[in-house]
Amino acid sequence: MDDSLEIKEDAVLQVMNLSVDFDVKGNNVSILSKVNFGLGLGETLGIVGESGCGKSMTALALLRMVPSPPGKISEGEVLLNNVDLMTLSKKEIKNIRGKELSMIFQEPMTSLNPVFTVGNQLVETILEHKDLSRVDALKEAIELLRLVQIPAPEQRIKEYPHQLSGGMRQRIMIAMALVCQPKVLIADEPTTALDVTVQAQIFDLLKEIQAKTKMSIILITHDFGAISEMADRVIVMYAGYKVEEGTLDEIRNSPLHPYTQGLLRSMLVIKPDSSGFKKPLPEIPGSVPDLLNRQPGCPFGPRCSQATIKCRSMPPNFNLGFKRSVKCWLADNGRVE
Amino acid sequence: MTQPNTPNSDQIFSSEEITSEPDVKWQDTFHLFCANRAALLGLTFVCLFILVGIFGPIVIPADPFEMVAMPLMSPNGQTLFGSDYLGRDVFVGIIHGARPTMIIAVTATLVTVLIGITIGAIAGYYGGMVDNVLMRITEFFQVLPPLVFAMVIVAVFSSHIVVVILAIAITTWPTEARLTRAEFLKIKENEYVTASRAIGDRNFRIITKIILPNAMPPLMIAITLRVGITVIYEAALSFLGLTDPDVITWGKMIGQSRDFFFEAWWTVTFPGVAILLVVLCIALIGDGLNDAFNPKLRGR
Amino acid sequence: MSESKKTPTLLKVDKLKVHFELKRESWFSDKPVVHAVDGVSFKINLGQTLGLVGESGCGKTTTGRAILGLVKSTEGTISFEGEKLGLVSPKKMLQLRRRMQIIFQDPYSALNPRQTAGDIVLDPLLVHNIGNSKERQERVDELFSLVGLQKNQQLLYPHQFSGGQRQRICIARALALKPDFIVCDEPVSALDVAIQAQILNLLCKLQEELNLTFLFISHDLAVIQHVCDEIAVMYLGVIVEKASRSELFENPRHPYTRALLSAVLSGSPEIKVDRIRLEGDIPNPINKPTGCRFRTRCSFAKEICGELEPVLEEKSSGHWEACHFQTTNNQ
Repeated sequence: MDDSLEIKEDAVLQVMNLSVDFDVKGNNVSILSKVNFGLGLGETLGIVGESGCGKSMTALALLRMVPSPPGKISEGEVLLNNVDLMTLSKKEIKNIRGKELSMIFQEPMTSLNPVFTVGNQLVETILEHKDLSRVDALKEAIELLRLVQIPAPEQRIKEYPHQLSGGMRQRIMIAMALVCQPKVLIADEPTTALDVTVQAQIFDLLKEIQAKTKMSIILITHDFGAISEMADRVIVMYAGYKVEEGTLDEIRNSPLHPYTQGLLRSMLVIKPDSSGFKKPLPEIPGSVPDLLNRQPGCPFGPRCSQATIKCRSMPPNFNLGFKRSVKCWLADNGRVE
Repeated sequence: MTQPNTPNSDQIFSSEEITSEPDVKWQDTFHLFCANRAALLGLTFVCLFILVGIFGPIVIPADPFEMVAMPLMSPNGQTLFGSDYLGRDVFVGIIHGARPTMIIAVTATLVTVLIGITIGAIAGYYGGMVDNVLMRITEFFQVLPPLVFAMVIVAVFSSHIVVVILAIAITTWPTEARLTRAEFLKIKENEYVTASRAIGDRNFRIITKIILPNAMPPLMIAITLRVGITVIYEAALSFLGLTDPDVITWGKMIGQSRDFFFEAWWTVTFPGVAILLVVLCIALIGDGLNDAFNPKLRGR
Repeated sequence: MSESKKTPTLLKVDKLKVHFELKRESWFSDKPVVHAVDGVSFKINLGQTLGLVGESGCGKTTTGRAILGLVKSTEGTISFEGEKLGLVSPKKMLQLRRRMQIIFQDPYSALNPRQTAGDIVLDPLLVHNIGNSKERQERVDELFSLVGLQKNQQLLYPHQFSGGQRQRICIARALALKPDFIVCDEPVSALDVAIQAQILNLLCKLQEELNLTFLFISHDLAVIQHVCDEIAVMYLGVIVEKASRSELFENPRHPYTRALLSAVLSGSPEIKVDRIRLEGDIPNPINKPTGCRFRTRCSFAKEICGELEPVLEEKSSGHWEACHFQTTNNQ
């Protein structure tokens, strides 16, 4: 019934009450409000939401990379193997990054250094984390490129980032993230900048690697298509809150939160019979609330067609079963349908 | 119709109109600038100098060329900053020199900027051959040492104040041209420029109304700093004696008294300090503008 | 849908080519040429929407811009209402220009940050000197309500709007001159899902009310399916398949179209028909493959594909394909 969460034994990562505040011209703006979730071994958790909903901030907060100032993690625990990352020293957290928790970003070009070859950057990353000779590191780099299915890795390793295509660069980024066989890979919109056919390749690759290494993945995206392709469980975020959590099937087939429902309804899918041509799509009216001027009550209230007087006060997270929760008054006292 | 608000949610939540106050970007910049103490200090001093330039000669109507005291008198009650080798009052000289110094600096800057922006804008906007030709011309002017080139111009033509202004402008515009061109190259890639072309806008209007306002922030900084640089150029020319004989400027005062520096430090020091202060304060304003336009880069 | 034969052709593009010359790499080498658009032909009937779909670098955006004269076409003709653009008098040209507009992908870079929303929409009217200042203001008010913005938002600057609202401003600007034809260049790709629906609904509503003709450029097949009467699939500067909406989605022919369709991450798991996974990336348009451009990634490629470039031919009624083979079972 409440925000307190039970700790699961198999959880690789357990996030509790994670909150991030930003200081905007002297005002405290809450970007992330008490987000809870757990991540199991070999599981893929999808975090979905519109831009500005706090999904990327969640990823940065997990790695303690929130830009500071203006931002700060105001509250919360992130347990990785029962160690709270928030209490670690800067040096310790640096060791965790890339080793246990790795991250890949949306735009691989900006994450790669344009003046060094791909191989050089990979070898440097390997040497930073492992006690190897340069020759061995180079061998390992080639192995990694093979793992991410880059053709002719011996050649590619000598090339510069700008000589590679977007898909190749994203593969390199994945290879770099995999150097230490991390337990958790955070993928922040990994395919948004890529073409559809290449997107599919990258997702296949991630799934393959996951099957091999039992790595857990947090996939952050605005694209529900990507979520259905990859995720086992889904968290829907809105205005810095986790508004709904459940398995992929639960979210896809029986969404409870009006926002999730609206999001799914307004999403376009290819229909085999191409029906519904030019018919008005169900839309969510308005746009995401201004985080600077938060209104009291449910953040989705002003856009919600089912809002009631009760929604003037903030709904809690209603737990509806194992890792299934929804932050909406509709779930209160058997009003769930 | 396209934003249907259910009556239900309207009653419960006050329908949100525009919540953010209409803050204009320029206003933001202004506030940021005002929050910068060094820049404000610079602005105050520069305003002070401008006031001196405008009202100084009216308040102190004495002729700066008049020999009022014994030569090389140290600062005293009669001549506040002492007198130079001809017995002219250094203080009166500084007061009367402020106006020509300012006029030359500002006009030369305006001419520089006008040439620079025009050439840079045309080169950047049209690109291709036009850009190639204009940039080669710009490079030609850039490889000439500006001070030497300005000296030659003044020496060949005359040392009239207009020639001095033009000489400074002609030798220094390439910096502004290059900056403008770079900004234009960047901004013209934006789709709002394409959109303007799609609605049939003429090139001249696109350059002046669409792109130029967006290129202004970095140009404003450059222009501000340019005023300071021009003061130094003018001083340098005057120091070498290449200046209008009827006009007194701070550079000229230093130039004429340079041989007496060791006997009478005040003849050189006071005009020197005046130049230093003006240039420093202008640089402070430039820095302040820079911070105000790029708030994210601050403190780096 | 079958009415398409009755309505007159508004725009006809014939063998359009756009080549860009790049800087030469050394003094003695030839200038490398990018064949961005390499012989594209299609026509759009009045009030209809043609979808151009393809991945980045396939030339779909360049095609749209070449039609509007925003990039120079190297070869080919574009006729608007039977008049060949480029051959009419400059005065006539200016009038034709007014009737063709464009909406861009990125509503952030498409609006001048130093103009207010009202001024942005007013600009086309000023440029073409339409009406007096009062009439112009009335028109701007009208446009704002047409796209679902409030009148008092005219004084705001672009950065004060959300992405969806910015796209509405772009649409208002494009509509200001009462055009007949609008190139929609990925108008919803940069927007959030919930906002995409709003903008697509708006575009469909406007098309019906104002009888607009669209060239709808997108990489998103679901969006294309929702709004387009006819669809052309582009790959490396050429159209590889062209068919009506229902035909293309029900009987896709070209291996590339089928690969695209199966690559779409569908929210619903029902459709996972013979998934084709493409290997590798789109080749560099400077050194495009000989023969069929798609052969380097095509699992059906045979020898002939390297030698001969297939032409776009009508394989069944209204269904055009550029491929040497019959790679599907359907007729």
